[in-house]
Amino acid sequence: MQVNEQFTPTIVAFCCNWCSYAGADLSGTNRLQYPANVKIIRVPCSCRVNPMFILRAFQRGADGVIICGCHPGDCHYTTGNYYARRRTTLLFSMLDYLGIERNRTRVEWVSAAEGAKFAATMNDFVAQITELGPNRRLEDLRCRK
Amino acid sequence: MQEVMKKRAIELLSDGTVAKVIGWMPGEFSYDMTPAVFTTAEEIESNFVYNDFCGANVSKYVMREQKKASDAKILVFLKPCDTYSFNQLTAEHKIVRENVYVIGVGCDGMADVEKIKAAGIEGITGIESDGDKFIVKTVYGDETIARADALAERCAACKSKKLTVYDEIIGEDGEVVENSGRFDLVAKLEAMSADERFEFWRNELSRCIRCNACRNVCPACTCEQCVFDNPKSGIDQKAAADSFEENMFHIIRAFHVAGRCTDCGECSRVCPQHIPLHLLNRKFIKDINELYGDYQAGDDTESKHPLTSFTYDDAEPSVIHERGNE
Repeated sequence: MQVNEQFTPTIVAFCCNWCSYAGADLSGTNRLQYPANVKIIRVPCSCRVNPMFILRAFQRGADGVIICGCHPGDCHYTTGNYYARRRTTLLFSMLDYLGIERNRTRVEWVSAAEGAKFAATMNDFVAQITELGPNRRLEDLRCRK
Repeated sequence: MQEVMKKRAIELLSDGTVAKVIGWMPGEFSYDMTPAVFTTAEEIESNFVYNDFCGANVSKYVMREQKKASDAKILVFLKPCDTYSFNQLTAEHKIVRENVYVIGVGCDGMADVEKIKAAGIEGITGIESDGDKFIVKTVYGDETIARADALAERCAACKSKKLTVYDEIIGEDGEVVENSGRFDLVAKLEAMSADERFEFWRNELSRCIRCNACRNVCPACTCEQCVFDNPKSGIDQKAAADSFEENMFHIIRAFHVAGRCTDCGECSRVCPQHIPLHLLNRKFIKDINELYGDYQAGDDTESKHPLTSFTYDDAEPSVIHERGNE
């Protein structure tokens, strides 16, 4: 328990420029709180997220990776998040198959108007990862802090 | 069968229909049949081989030969599972179909020399198929082994004996095998706990020496430059330095061929460390089948690839949280 209390996870959040990043912005202007250990990486579209990005995030010290994009049907590029949906489902299923905790990864659709949802999602995800503890199964020992 | 194939190859070569023939010839050992390109009748006469050790998938060699000379007519002998890879390569515009003369050869499953050796048969010089057994020729005389005991694992769970593309057939065309049981092991792994799965894969993947044989042999790995050859990646052409790199190589490689992998099983066949790499690819195939409808890469050259298409009501990624063991 002692360890868990001290453990503050690093979360990498890939946010699409048009919806989720604006959603994060909105949660900021609304003064909604979410933990500072969520590191947001802005991408043009959720389908810009290459599987290598996700693995690299885990390698360089992320304990959890969340991908946020526009709701299906609302993509700025019309169909990007539909492709992202298939890709991430398959990739996360594969990580699960290799025995890497499935709760370390998540996909969430957050629109530009959903500042509250963004904050709530991040709070929830951080709590979930804090409970899981540090990422040991997909880490690179050389990058351990 | 070998003689019929030889005769036909020489015919097509001498009447000018084709300029090159792709088939198999003995490698370093007589059970080590390796893909080969023939350009003369003499070479075919002396070296061409087709027997139960010819497991190698030669479809990728068509692409390589066409790269050298794109307009040369090529004759290629394809087994049923090779035809799937051939179709997939055609669909991806890696092979110019018009310049290839395909002879489909019937296949009853290939022998795994490791299994034969494990059964205590040594000094192997050749093999013949005889009903439900193989007759293995050795320097000490003929030995017999039950077909079921010597059949390569991938052939025991054969998905299809149907030739999906051919200009003519030597031997017999077969049918798609229903309930081949090829996903049994994947399902067994899925039923394990996450800890057990992690143990299993760590045990397997930690043996990887990054020889790149799986990538080089794979008919779906046809990028001009592989992501793992990028000198800026820090992981090009070197052994994995950490468990993460072992995992990453195999996750990314499997992901890059997801939806295009025809499940020919070459990756596992060539792995010098005997890592069951096909289980990674099969996981993707199984997921695609379950989530996006049955799909067999290489069935034809028209159908849409599952990762470059979508439907509006695809499963949400959270679906993986709802199934199996955590």
